[in-house]
Amino acid sequence: MNLEKITIKLAREGLERRDFSASELFEHYKARIEAQNSELNAYLIVFDNAEHIKEEGILAGIPCAIKDNMLIEGTRCTGGSKILENYISAYDATVTKKLRDAGATFLGKTNLDEFAMGTSTENSAFGPTKNPIDPTRVPGGSSGGSAAAVAADLTVFALGSDTGGSIRQPASMCGIVGLKPTYGRVSRHGLIAMASSFDQIGPLTKTVHDAALVLNALCGHDIFDSTTVNKPVPDFTAKLDLSIKGLKIGVPKEFFGGGLAPEVAEKIKEATKKLEGLGCKMSEISLPNFEYGLAAYYIAVPSEISSNLARFDGIRYGHSSASAQNLLDTYVQSRSEGFGPEPKRRIMLGTYALSSGYYDAYYLKAQKVRALIKRDFDEAFKKVDIIVGPTAPNTAFKIGEKASDPLALYLEDIYTVPVNLAGLPGISVPCGLGKDSKMPVGLQMIGKPFDEETLLRVAHHFEIS
Amino acid sequence: MLTDKELGHIAELARIKIEDSERERLKKDLSSILDYVEKLNSADTTGVDPLYQTTGLVNSVREDEPRDEFPMNEALLERLVGQAPHRKERLVKVPSVLNKK
Repeated sequence: MNLEKITIKLAREGLERRDFSASELFEHYKARIEAQNSELNAYLIVFDNAEHIKEEGILAGIPCAIKDNMLIEGTRCTGGSKILENYISAYDATVTKKLRDAGATFLGKTNLDEFAMGTSTENSAFGPTKNPIDPTRVPGGSSGGSAAAVAADLTVFALGSDTGGSIRQPASMCGIVGLKPTYGRVSRHGLIAMASSFDQIGPLTKTVHDAALVLNALCGHDIFDSTTVNKPVPDFTAKLDLSIKGLKIGVPKEFFGGGLAPEVAEKIKEATKKLEGLGCKMSEISLPNFEYGLAAYYIAVPSEISSNLARFDGIRYGHSSASAQNLLDTYVQSRSEGFGPEPKRRIMLGTYALSSGYYDAYYLKAQKVRALIKRDFDEAFKKVDIIVGPTAPNTAFKIGEKASDPLALYLEDIYTVPVNLAGLPGISVPCGLGKDSKMPVGLQMIGKPFDEETLLRVAHHFEIS
Repeated sequence: MLTDKELGHIAELARIKIEDSERERLKKDLSSILDYVEKLNSADTTGVDPLYQTTGLVNSVREDEPRDEFPMNEALLERLVGQAPHRKERLVKVPSVLNKK
């Protein structure tokens, strides 16, 4: 059987024709992982068998990979951190349960920046993941393991999580599709929380159609995540082929300022011409507060991190310092030994922003700016249906190139964080290779809240034309 | 630039011990991020309400009735309590909170 770059659609057709069985498909991927993972380090944990092969369901018999910050009952979940190196998931995340119910099988858990904090997957406590297109380069992050696994065809699809770009940016850098649904669409129950008012789970896939299929399986209200919205969930594949002629697409002028690599700008301009050629009405728009997005994000998110990561205290689970003599030592030593540099930096930053005397100047100010960012998008969406621009300012950079400069790594998310600040859906689709780096460039499309249908439709037409 | 005193205070609040070898690097990293976020001060937020979340949902409540999604049994007990470094039978054992005098 020829299973090169197999999509969910092709795999389902093959399974239905009985060209191959679900267990043969699983074994095919297991063999590929065995051959390539030692170089790429995309997977942290690989499962021996597909424990629950189903015949029914929209993803029946489809192998997938799960970012290692989502729980699969009875298996290890590290969050990319030494502090959870031996943690066994006590229950299924809602998304893993939903995938299981839809018939998907689990190949393993993928590498990530520690607690999903990063843009290169170099912050993992278990070593960096390599970009399959050029292993001297990063795959992006924090869902770098998931993106690399999809790009190297070590899985049919993968799940990632996106707090400030962690699905879209690695998808861009690995030349695949990455979708962050609207905040409130997909339950985060069983996702290790990073910044709860931002975190969202979504698919990394080989095609837009596959992303729509996986989204069908993931969505819905969940009593275990009270931020999930009780809205009807359409079949996201149903309208993909409807014409996009006449749709209004906005291109924010602020996205083309300093810091954008010329080779990326060139590809994005070509992409907007292509959309125009497909009959879309293109116009320049303005997001006047864009320049404050990243700054607001790096106050609000570390603040939520400092609160969420307070649970790692060496008492109930996770690393507990063996040398601690009393309760305070248990807290301090367990956390100091268990957390890597980036979680420590962000916990400290968030603690500072929330501390007495600084709260108004940092945290409150950032949340007001967040309101301005959302207002800019609301205004823009009165005029256009979709907003497009670059996913990331650069293509995949060399491993180690930016590792000593946290701010340089943060800047990689400059185009993706405003979307999380406003809770909007966003997708990255490949739009060619940069002429200097010869690495993939991603086109980011941003939609109105809960309008993933239009977003996916435009992305689909862009992809197939 | 953050002072040693400020760094020490934050570390204490965060329950993280900063090794001497990490100190200068951390001060530099945190200060450069704080310098960057200074730009927030040039955004005019007069009369703007803070936005803490984007769903618009307020007070998600449910009926006060027992639920049984996670029936407690020995296996679940082991998955929860069994991962604590110290336990006594069905309970997590914690170092004493108050010092005996």
